[in-house]
Amino acid sequence: MLSKKQAKAFFLGGTILFSMIFLGLSFESVTISMPEKTNADQITDAVVRGKVIWESNNCMGCHTILGEGAYYAPELTRVYSRKGESYIKTVLMAEQPWAPRGRKMVAYNLSEEDANDVVAFFQWIDGMDLNGFPPEPDPSLK
Amino acid sequence: MKYKSQKVAYWFFALSMLLIVLQITYGFIMGFAHMGYDGLHEIIPFNAARATHNNLLVVWLLSGFMGAAYYIIPEEAQHELVSVKLAYIQLITLALVGVTAVIGFHFNWWEGRKFLEIPRELDFLVVINVLTFLGIILTTLFKGKKQSTTAMVLTMGLVFAALLYLPGMIWFDNQAMDSFFRWWVVHLWVEGVWELIMGGILAFLLIKLTGVDREVIEKWLYVIVGLTFLSGILGTGHHYYYIGAPEYWLIIGGIFSALEPLAFLAMALFALHMYRKGGRNHPNKIALFWTLGSAIVSFVGAGLLGLAHTLPSVNMYTHGTLVTAMHGHLAFWGAYGMIVFAMISYALPNLTGRKLYNNAMGMYGFWLSLIGMIGMTTAFAAAGVAQVYLERKVGLDFMVVQQEIEVHFLILILCATIFATGITLFIIDFVKYGQPTDEALNVSDDFEAIEATA
Ligand code: HEC
Ligand code: HEM
Ligand code: HEM
Ligand SMILES: [Fe+2]
Repeated sequence: MLSKKQAKAFFLGGTILFSMIFLGLSFESVTISMPEKTNADQITDAVVRGKVIWESNNCMGCHTILGEGAYYAPELTRVYSRKGESYIKTVLMAEQPWAPRGRKMVAYNLSEEDANDVVAFFQWIDGMDLNGFPPEPDPSLK
Repeated sequence: MKYKSQKVAYWFFALSMLLIVLQITYGFIMGFAHMGYDGLHEIIPFNAARATHNNLLVVWLLSGFMGAAYYIIPEEAQHELVSVKLAYIQLITLALVGVTAVIGFHFNWWEGRKFLEIPRELDFLVVINVLTFLGIILTTLFKGKKQSTTAMVLTMGLVFAALLYLPGMIWFDNQAMDSFFRWWVVHLWVEGVWELIMGGILAFLLIKLTGVDREVIEKWLYVIVGLTFLSGILGTGHHYYYIGAPEYWLIIGGIFSALEPLAFLAMALFALHMYRKGGRNHPNKIALFWTLGSAIVSFVGAGLLGLAHTLPSVNMYTHGTLVTAMHGHLAFWGAYGMIVFAMISYALPNLTGRKLYNNAMGMYGFWLSLIGMIGMTTAFAAAGVAQVYLERKVGLDFMVVQQEIEVHFLILILCATIFATGITLFIIDFVKYGQPTDEALNVSDDFEAIEATA
């Protein structure tokens, strides 16, 4: 039967081994693959400003982006190609809570420049290679 | 209770109880908003409610873990806590930081990163607070007479949990990198180091409640935490499928995360087996219920419901939908909520010297909260599956689908009411126990003592 000492060795050995593999793969992802797949070279100052607005207002507290966030408001990963620039700007610059179908967004009343930055952010996200997410709906079901 | 300083634990448990009430309140606000009743939108918009709900959850769990550590470590190390005063200061600052963060959320003061919404300035205070806590625990442990496996695993979990908070504090211009490192906190917490904390508390409770030999329990504890890391570390890959990370994570994350339920299965079998094997009857039945309940429900909520959406082909469709919320609720409740409740149920009689266990109220509290949470999980599941089908398969618009599934949130609220009733009964019991007292000092609840008085 397994002894306590062997059990301990299994725990320590496994943890160290798999941590090393994980760190190695993460290093590859972060330095080589991800900059390429996410078009890191296209992150302009406008995109960064857009991200700051995205983050400081906690838009993720209602929406998902890259499939992460809250499940209360539309997924925004591909919103740039789905809705287009002017629709997005209308939503962001609205003075009253945006709610065409009853559920309310916060009225951010953004300036034109800020809205442009957020659009730049969405446009950059839109171009990412996400291994096929979001999935295409099945045309035979519609 | 054997050591005077263990009394600190009581106040951490009390803070936990206070915060869970608030957390649940905000849950109801979101449930109603999903049903179309967002009357509070102007004061508490959905994102404020959500940040509050999630952060209060984390803080009450941490407060419960800290209380557990302040109770367990003196007893395992056979040494009083090195500074009770510092522990109280740590408690008060923890509460202050938590409350400040929650108030801030209502004034748009946060970082918009799910689960890590606490603003950067407060993050530093959190770090100082946790370092103080770890300082007290580590010095007590190493000044003590022995360093048991149970105490070491628990402490290791707490130390790594603190370390892993740090990657969440780095700023990235790239949203995908942000999310990559957010998972080092969120995933490596709940599917990694928190399992050590859970395992440590579970082992302690099983030793106390079943009377099985410590060596046997601690050997299996190593096996369980070994399985946790073996699967859970590379299992992080299940969050890297669709966020702009490379494709090899689909294979690695898929395989290793599919192994993660093994650790939870082992935990459930371990608890049940030790219970059978023990054969001695500890009078504190209610603590035993919560302990075994936690081991079993965590297997269902984390293990099985995690497995349900962890393969890349499934996750492609369920990623970021209410299916995730279904799993999140039962997993958090079973693994971490219930183990904190188990610890409290076990510790209260010893801290206060009142043996109120085995009353009907305690049992109703256990069963109502369990049934309520299973109902809530089912409601989220129905909403989630419908959402996935209509939105991702059929291709209907997000908001159109949300209107279709509103009815499931009515069921959610009904079940949440049952859950909340159970929690209320537990808290009434908690209050009835009264405060800890030195008179409880020499009342041992070890089997030798129980059997001698019986
Ligand atoms: C209180 C919740 C909430 C918050 C916070 C919020 N939104 Fe929204 N948002 C919504 C809702 C609900 C809708 C959909 C309204 C509708 O179409 O009926 C929406 C719609 C949108 C749309 C249009 C999407 C589409 O497909 O129709 C965009 C773009 C958007 N929001 C961006 C943002 C940004 C950027 C932020 C942060 C600055 C933000 N939202 C914060 C709730 C929120
Ligand atoms: C009892 C009343 C409760 C209600 C009505 C409730 C309701 C909700 C709702 C509506 C959401 C938001 C989903 C969204 O983004 O749209 C949510 C999120 C969440 N709740 Fe609760 N909740 C309750 C209690 C709890 C408890 C007790 C726990 C923990 C044990 C918990 C853990 C969570 C977690 C982890 C999330 C985030 C899920 C995710 O992001 O996938 N909730 N809750
Ligand atoms: C106690 C342990 C666990 C807890 C508390 C837990 C909780 C959660 C929470 C809260 C989320 C949402 C996180 C976010 O979006 O920020 C999540 C996501 C996820 N969990 Fe778990 N989980 C646990 C264990 C597991 C296990 C063992 C598995 C796999 C077998 C698993 C599979 C997943 C998957 C695949 C997602 C991503 C869902 C998505 O793509 O939207 N979880 N979990
Ligand atoms: Fe995970």
